[in-house]
Amino acid sequence: MPRVVVDVMLKPEILDPQGQAILGALPRLGFDGVRAVRQGKRFELDVVDEMTEQTVRRIAETLLANPVIEEFTVHTG
Amino acid sequence: MTARIGIVTFPGSLDDRDAARAVRLAGAQAVPLWHGDADLHRVDAVVLPGGFSYGDYLRCGAIARFAPVMERVVSAARGGLPVLGICNGFQVLCESHLLPGALIRNAQRRFVCRDQWLRVDSVRTPWTSAYGAGAELRIPVKNGEGGYVADRRTLDALEAEGRVVFRYLRGNPNGSARDIAGVCNETGTVVGLMPHPEHAVDPLTGPSADGLGMFTSVLSHLVGVA
Repeated sequence: MPRVVVDVMLKPEILDPQGQAILGALPRLGFDGVRAVRQGKRFELDVVDEMTEQTVRRIAETLLANPVIEEFTVHTG
Repeated sequence: MTARIGIVTFPGSLDDRDAARAVRLAGAQAVPLWHGDADLHRVDAVVLPGGFSYGDYLRCGAIARFAPVMERVVSAARGGLPVLGICNGFQVLCESHLLPGALIRNAQRRFVCRDQWLRVDSVRTPWTSAYGAGAELRIPVKNGEGGYVADRRTLDALEAEGRVVFRYLRGNPNGSARDIAGVCNETGTVVGLMPHPEHAVDPLTGPSADGLGMFTSVLSHLVGVA
């Protein structure tokens, strides 16, 4: 069964408090040199052979992502 | 006969009982609606209560939006049915695209639970008509993902059209854009807010009775309409 990956990220203009928390934690752990962190979500979908990328995109914009605040990218094959 | 106001219970709803009590204290009949109902049982208005519907999985309100009862609520709301979304209910209304914008994790990354001052910025909705313009309310706010966001054009349009219904006063609890605590749709019939009016309907059990006005407002609206 083919696997399709959908990555969902907050739009750049939307504040990402979770990314900020990670960014704040890194120097405390001794990791210097990270300028910015954005946290997103990765969805792995096992789909039937006939699944089209267009349908995956519809799945992403209907449920996986909220297009008001998020962007998504579909990775196939 | 008084108005019938439906209160939806999703798996994970917390404040449906308080919402029903608020409806009864206002003088209306509270009608329980189950998330799996594909019928609104002849209600005249709907309250979507607070809580963590479907565990807030994926995004707050994202799964609840597709519950059978929500399909009916969305279509009835487009036809003019008054709907009030409180906290998680506000998130459901945004996810359902009945209201613009979205609610994201609080800017200070902490769950906030406190009594909050609000200003009523629009009294032209069926849910706020009992208040005086600019009335200040003290009602509880309790959320982890209550930061209201929308793009600048949407925010400008909301302000220009008088669709910012409530604004936080004396401290913004969650980083909401322009201190927005609640907004409405184009016609004003659908209102969402993060603070909890149903927890402030009786001085014995809340910080004030300032929230009761939302429930008496819709009752007068419905009685006037009938």
